[in-house]
This record gives sequence, C-alpha cells and structure tokens, in this order.
Amino acid sequence: MPNEKDYELRLYVAGMTPKCLAAFSNLKKICEEHLEGRYFIQIIDLLENPKLAQGDQILAIPTLVRKLPEPVRKIIGDLSNTEKVLVGLDLRERI
Amino acid sequence: MAETDGQRELSHRQLAKCPTGITGLDEITGGGLPRGRPTLVCGGAGCGKTLLSMEFVVRGAVNYGEPGVFMSFEETSEELAKNVASLGFDLADLEKQKLLAMDFVYIERREIQETGEYDLEGLFVRLGHAIDSVGAKRVVLDTVEALFAGFPNEMILRAELRRLFRWLKDKGVTAIITGERGEGTLTRHGIEEYVSDAVIVLDHRVVGQSATRRMRFVKYRGSLHGSDEYPFLIDETGFSVLPVTSLGLDYAVSMERITSGIPRLDYMLGGQGYFRASSVLLSGTAGSGKSSLAAYFADAACRRGERCLYLAFEESQDQIIRNMRSIGLDLAPWVDKGLLKLHATRPTLYGLEMHLAMIHKLTNDFQPRTVIMDPISNLSIVASNEEVKSVLMRLVDFFKNRKITSFYTNLTHPDQLEETSTGVSSLMDVWLLVVNVESNGERNRVFHILKSRGMAHSNQLREFLITDSGIDLVDAYIGPGGVLTGSARLQQEAQEKAAALAAQEELEHRRHVLDRKRQIMGAQVAALQAEISAEEEELQALQDKSKLQHKVAAEEREQLAAARKADAPESN
Repeated sequence: MPNEKDYELRLYVAGMTPKCLAAFSNLKKICEEHLEGRYFIQIIDLLENPKLAQGDQILAIPTLVRKLPEPVRKIIGDLSNTEKVLVGLDLRERI
Repeated sequence: MAETDGQRELSHRQLAKCPTGITGLDEITGGGLPRGRPTLVCGGAGCGKTLLSMEFVVRGAVNYGEPGVFMSFEETSEELAKNVASLGFDLADLEKQKLLAMDFVYIERREIQETGEYDLEGLFVRLGHAIDSVGAKRVVLDTVEALFAGFPNEMILRAELRRLFRWLKDKGVTAIITGERGEGTLTRHGIEEYVSDAVIVLDHRVVGQSATRRMRFVKYRGSLHGSDEYPFLIDETGFSVLPVTSLGLDYAVSMERITSGIPRLDYMLGGQGYFRASSVLLSGTAGSGKSSLAAYFADAACRRGERCLYLAFEESQDQIIRNMRSIGLDLAPWVDKGLLKLHATRPTLYGLEMHLAMIHKLTNDFQPRTVIMDPISNLSIVASNEEVKSVLMRLVDFFKNRKITSFYTNLTHPDQLEETSTGVSSLMDVWLLVVNVESNGERNRVFHILKSRGMAHSNQLREFLITDSGIDLVDAYIGPGGVLTGSARLQQEAQEKAAALAAQEELEHRRHVLDRKRQIMGAQVAALQAEISAEEEELQALQDKSKLQHKVAAEEREQLAAARKADAPESN
C-alpha cells in the first residue's frame, strides 16, 4: 500500500558550498541506508531561485525539508549526525 | 522644517540623513536616520516599535519615493496590513506599485532539528531578493531577535547577525532593526552591540496609572541629537514625536488687543481687553464661574471669525454646551461652523507629556488663534507640580510663538487664593481672580484683576454675576461698611434708597406745614385788618353821629332861641 516514493525530501542550498555538499552526501547516504527506494530528493539552490525560500520558510542553509509524509519536518545543518537526522525524519523515536 | 544657514552648514559636515517622514522625528534628529546604516529601535512590548518602523518604510515609499522592504518575524503580512490600515496605509497597493516588499519569516522551533554546521544564508537570500525585487532603499527587520528563539546555537546566530548588519551596510540601505527590551540591557539578546550607529529607545511608562510614550536617542553616532526624552503619540494619523522643549523667550509681541467677551472686563483691562498672544490665568474657587468666563472668551474669538480650541479636562462637549446655554451663551453654532473645537479628555487618560503632545498635535492640526485650557489644576492629578509647571511653561512658550492667545483656568483653594497650586502665575501675563465671598448666609462672587502686564488696569473689586442672560460685572458696594456683595449689597442699597426717600418725605412734610402756617398767618392778618377796619368804620360812625348831634343841637338851639325870640336872629 505505501507509495514507492513516500518520502519526498527537499534540500535547500545556496551555491555549492562545502556545507551544502556535505549535507547532500550525508543525506544521500542516510537515505540509501534507511529509505532505499522510498525517497525522492529535490535540491533547490536559492542562489538560482531565491523566491523559493519564502514558501518553506527557509533561513538556515543547508535545510532539509521533509515534505512527505506529513507533517512537514525540517532539519538544519550539514546532517553530519545521522542519529539526529533519523529522529528528525521520524525514522527513529525521539528520546 | 526651516533651516538656518548655520544648521545647513552643520548638517553638511554631518553624515547624510534619511528622512523618516514621521512628524517630529526628523526635527529631533536634524534630518532623519543615518543614511545607509542600520538603526536599532528597541523597547518593551507594545511600545510602538513595529509602527515606527512600518511608518518609516511607508512614508519613505509614499513621500520620498524610496521603496522599502519590511521583513517581519512576528506578524504575518496580512496581520500587519490590517493593523496599519487604520492609519490609512494601503500596504497591498504599495506592494502592487513595487514600492514595498513584505516578507514574513516564520520560525517554529519544534519543527526544526539541528545537526551540524549551518549558516543563515537563507535569510540573506530572502532579504537580498526582496531588496532587489523593488530596488529597496529602506529595510526593516522586525524583530530580528525572534531568531534567537528558533536557533539554539547562539554562537552561529551571533556571527550571522554581525554579518547581516555588515551586509546591510554594504548594500547601502537605511535599515531599522527592532529589538525587545531586555533586563539591564537595551535588547534581550544584546544585539545593540552589532548596531553601533544609532539606537533609539522607545518607552511606555506608567506613572500614576497613566501611560506616557517616550522616545530617547541613546546613541546617534556622528550627529547632533537631543538627549532628552521626547513624548510621542500614536493616533489615527500614525506616529508623531513632539519636540516639546522650551522654546525660549525670543518671540515677538503683539500690540493688538482682543476682547475678553465681557465689555465690563475689557473696560477694567485698560478699556480694550487682553493683548493678542498673551497668556491669561483665571483662578477661582470651585463654582466661581471660571468655565463661564472661559466660554465667553471662546465665544468672542469665534465672533471674530477665529478658530478657538477649547481643551476641557472636566466636562464633555455636550455638557459644556448645555451649561453655557443656561447662561445665555450658545456655543453649538460655532462648533458646527468649525470655529470652535471642544476637546474633552480626562487628565488621567494619559500622562502629562502625552497631554502636552496631544495639545501640540491638536494645535498643529486645528491652527487655532485662541486656546483655552479648563482647568490646568486638574493636570496635577497625573504629575507633580514641578512637572506641571514645566509642561505649562513649554505650552505658554509654544502658544506665544504661534501668536496664540491662551486662557487657563485654575481651581484654587479658598485658603490659598493668591497662589496657584502649580506655581504658574509667574508665567502668566494676566491673572484674574474670582473669589467666593461668604457673608450673611450666602456666597457671592467677587472678581478682580491681580495683575495685567503692560496695561493700565482697574484695581477695583467687582461683583461677578452669572445670570440667565449671561455674565455681568457690577460695581460692588464699597462704603463705610466695607465691600458688600449680593443681597447685602442690595439691602444696603435699599436702605440708602429708603433713607433718601424718607428725607424727601420729611422735606415735603415741612414744606406742607409751612404752607399751612403761612395760610393761617395770612388768615390772621386778614382778620386783624378786618377788625381794624371795623373799628375805623365804628369810629367814623361815631364821628358822623357826633357831627349830626352837634348840628341837631345847634338847630334845636336856634329853634329854641327863635321860639324865645330873645335875640335877633343870627345870620348864618
């Protein structure tokens, strides 16, 4: 019953800074490990589309937004702490 | 604002200013906020930070053609638009005209999980985009401290804020950053340390249960600024700051005289009434008719076709109009014509400075030539006497500068008649006093002029009458029995009238008696004359009789002789 791509994720970056690149690779790794085949990542570069920052109320860069499943979750930072990311994505119970 | 050459030269050397368009604020700062730099506006909740910054942006767009960005961290754009719609700001329209860009930044801590390194580039991108979309010259961040609630890593946040203010400066925009007042610091999170150019503190102070809004420049680098606290108002036209410092004593005086509304009083004041632009104080005990005199003065101003502002601190507009009708004075037509503005407020409605600010604003809006404050003594409810005096001094100076004749009433206590509770009499040009004199079981009003600068004036006490047909000043009875007023005066006058009448009657009576005497005497004289003539007649009769007897006797002798024929008849 669950959709193949039931995790819709958006990663907001501002140019290819080291932090953004780290965030992307960390995210990729976590998703492969825990959500294999069930996720879809969209990368939004605010330097190219500054308008989009308003919609998801983005201030911090990088910010990961879990659009689906609802409710919307946000994780800021370079996603270097896997445990926290999993908690943030509701893949692990909050302690 | 008119600038003198000196000021202009000075402002050349100072840094460039960005006019806010907010009434009074540009005057205090000598032109506005520092152009191209951020200004911190801080204060407690509800002190008007948001409104000040909103007006800065809107006035910039409307009055100076400088587009602006308003980035709100607390209220949504819709809420803001609604809040300022009552001030006549149409934010949606300004946005449509590309004069304003609004961005609401929503921070919800619960939705945010933090892992690892990050920065606030998103904020910069958003702000940069907003600035570029309208070509903004003005930016407001209201209030950027909300970020502290959203991002737990204060170190990153502080670094980013520092970068943000630097970045704003580099962009060359004139910015207002607002901050909530903290304990012991200007802002809760100490952001004043990043904004070093200008800091304005707004204050909403409650003294004696009434609130006064004040503004103070804590810092204004590279510019002259008053360090005083300035009261400000938020009303239906927005924000207004009032530079109500004392204006000095260099005003030109007028020789023009204006009537007090009561001919008899004018006569007492050298025959012509008050000087234009003078200050008149009317002291009196409760119920001595102060408001009535004030109303007459207002009426007289309106009759001249001049606008009059009547500031009532005790009665409502309707009450004043009704009460004045009872003494034959109808103020309603003047109100309808727009010549008279009755502004009734309780002194406790707001603080003293606020009243002052209010009066300034009303005066600026209405442009009256006469202002009446009834009564000033009520102001001391909300402040100490020193404060009231200082405020009144500023008011008197303000009115004199504007060539406005001001009339103040003051309630005094019977045992301190010749001193005002607030010690303001020295500020006044004319001081009138109405006293209730109690005698013979009644109270009567006695009126006199305590002082009147620059004109000859009557030193006489007058009785002050309030009747159905208005106010009258009648001569009080001054005689050996002292000054008599009211029914005592009437009684005294009646007595004198009676005495005069009695004297008149006495005279009549005497004259009458004399007449009768004269008549009697005349009659006596006539009787005596009649007697004399009767006696004369008698005497004559006697004479005649004796003559006759003689003749008869002679005849009889002749007849006898003839009869005897003794002698030859004598020829006779």
